[in-house]
Amino acid sequence: MTHLVIAPVLLPLLAGLLLLLLRPLTIGPRRILSLLAVVGQIGLAAALLPLVANGDIHTYALGDWAPPFGIVLVADRLAVWMLLITALLALFALLYGVRGFDTRGRHFHVLFQWQLFGLNGAFLTGDLFNLFVFFEILLLASYGLLLHGGGRLRTRAGLHFVVINLAGSTLFLFAAGTLYGMLGTLNIADLARQVATLPPEHLGPVQAAGLLLFGVFALKGALIPLHLWLPAAYANTSAPVAALFAIMTKVGAYSILRIDTLIFGAAAGPLAGMIASWVLPLALLTLVIGMLGVLAATALRQQIAYLVVASVGSLLIAFGLGSTAGIAAGLYYLPHATFAAGAFFLLADGVASRRGEFEDRLEPGALLSDRRVLGALFFAVAVLIAGLPPLSGFIGKWLTLRAAVEHAWMPWVLGVVLVTSLFAIIALARTGSLLFYRSEPPEDHRPTVRTESLGRELLPATGLLLLCMALVIWAGPVDDFTRATASQLLQPEHYIGAVLGAGVTP
Amino acid sequence: MEALVSLVIGVLTACGVYLTLRARTFPVVLGLTFLSYAVNLFLFTMGRLTIGQPPIIDKAAAGYADPLPQALVLTAIVISFAMTAFVIMLALKARAELGNDHVDGRDDA
Repeated sequence: MTHLVIAPVLLPLLAGLLLLLLRPLTIGPRRILSLLAVVGQIGLAAALLPLVANGDIHTYALGDWAPPFGIVLVADRLAVWMLLITALLALFALLYGVRGFDTRGRHFHVLFQWQLFGLNGAFLTGDLFNLFVFFEILLLASYGLLLHGGGRLRTRAGLHFVVINLAGSTLFLFAAGTLYGMLGTLNIADLARQVATLPPEHLGPVQAAGLLLFGVFALKGALIPLHLWLPAAYANTSAPVAALFAIMTKVGAYSILRIDTLIFGAAAGPLAGMIASWVLPLALLTLVIGMLGVLAATALRQQIAYLVVASVGSLLIAFGLGSTAGIAAGLYYLPHATFAAGAFFLLADGVASRRGEFEDRLEPGALLSDRRVLGALFFAVAVLIAGLPPLSGFIGKWLTLRAAVEHAWMPWVLGVVLVTSLFAIIALARTGSLLFYRSEPPEDHRPTVRTESLGRELLPATGLLLLCMALVIWAGPVDDFTRATASQLLQPEHYIGAVLGAGVTP
Repeated sequence: MEALVSLVIGVLTACGVYLTLRARTFPVVLGLTFLSYAVNLFLFTMGRLTIGQPPIIDKAAAGYADPLPQALVLTAIVISFAMTAFVIMLALKARAELGNDHVDGRDDA
């Protein structure tokens, strides 16, 4: 039992508390502390990576209460992979936030750290009720972050976001309560063991609870038809928060993958594959509807929000294939989609701030300053997101399609993924030409006075793009890792054995 | 007893769902509160309905009440309490900024 497992949960919690106490200080030291805490989380994730890369599963029983009675944290390949992606994304979102946005309201850094606290906890926990608690922590922090800076549209979108998530939390409790009532445990590994030996008369309630859980995670992940909250919320919040929220939908996808492979995996008897059978059709629909939204969007940030919906579709298509190759493709696609969406939100803010009253509306407007640099970055992001070679979006899609060849739904997957890629190319080409070519110098040309260098403004977005480039350059090792992760997920007996002790037969 | 409790939970949930679907923020907040009451009761009964049984080890005890749902309910109550406070503040803020209490902030409402 290594204490390193709990460190990614404790570090942002303590950093947030410290930031709360250090409020009398000027913003400078607090920014440095917040950045240091995020760098520390990257370090912790990087330190955990070699521990789990050989296939070991490290558990941490809180208060040394033996599972299944106490809460247990579990670090396996998937959890550490998610931790690393979250911390890297958070660093660049925060670098964008410390340019001045963090002073537009109170407690930005505290909320930011506690958002990470909730995210890291949700990835590490091995207990269903604890997962609910971490969901609430990350949601409560996200409510504050979403509304940070204020404004009419932001408040309206925030109200919808909060109400729908509160309803989702209630459903989560109903599901967790039903599972506890039927199976007598909340430890995810123990739930998996109990489901495998379920007496037939208890099948109905457990199935209902499992599908309810799937509904809750689909809501968090913005799966059709529960995606309607996302576009308004993401399009109306600030750039650094929207960039950080690129990981939020992935929490839903992570949770679906976790319970699908662990609790309702192949060993689950009559309930095996219960959730998997829903994931693929809904994911295909999500991709189509998301891309239609991308085509129909009237503003750049709205378009990116729909791209996030579409990326959830692509991700869950890969997970829904259910094979090692499919899940591995999804786990390769996940960091790509997260970083690309984050970079796009940051870039869109740069574009919107240069267009004056036109903001990010997709109509011909004033000529942009710095349009060569911004245009080049926009082009790179568009190529990434549309999935054109040679960048990581292409590799992710190619891995998905290759995994789909052996699947019964092969024609549907290939057709939908390829046609929606065409939609993305059309929409992004139109947006790019509208923003960067079809613009004229305004009649009273007053160059906006910018107080900071272009480099500092564009560094976070560029950094995220470089991470995507790294995914291309080291595609081999990353692919090996994601394949190992996928095969670990498809052998849940290792996870169950690591949590409940080796003597337990699943 | 079981039928009565499940009826109570069902009525609370139905009221909660109905109110949550209303178009004004105040009924929506009330609806969410009803839903959280319903789910708290539901969690509580998931440890089975027992009367007069101790939840901790006792030599004289004939049987036990399950202590875990009680702990879960406590956590859920605290969280839903905080969330209700937050959503009330947000609804007030929306009323102030949007000029009306419609959930979509309509100008004509």
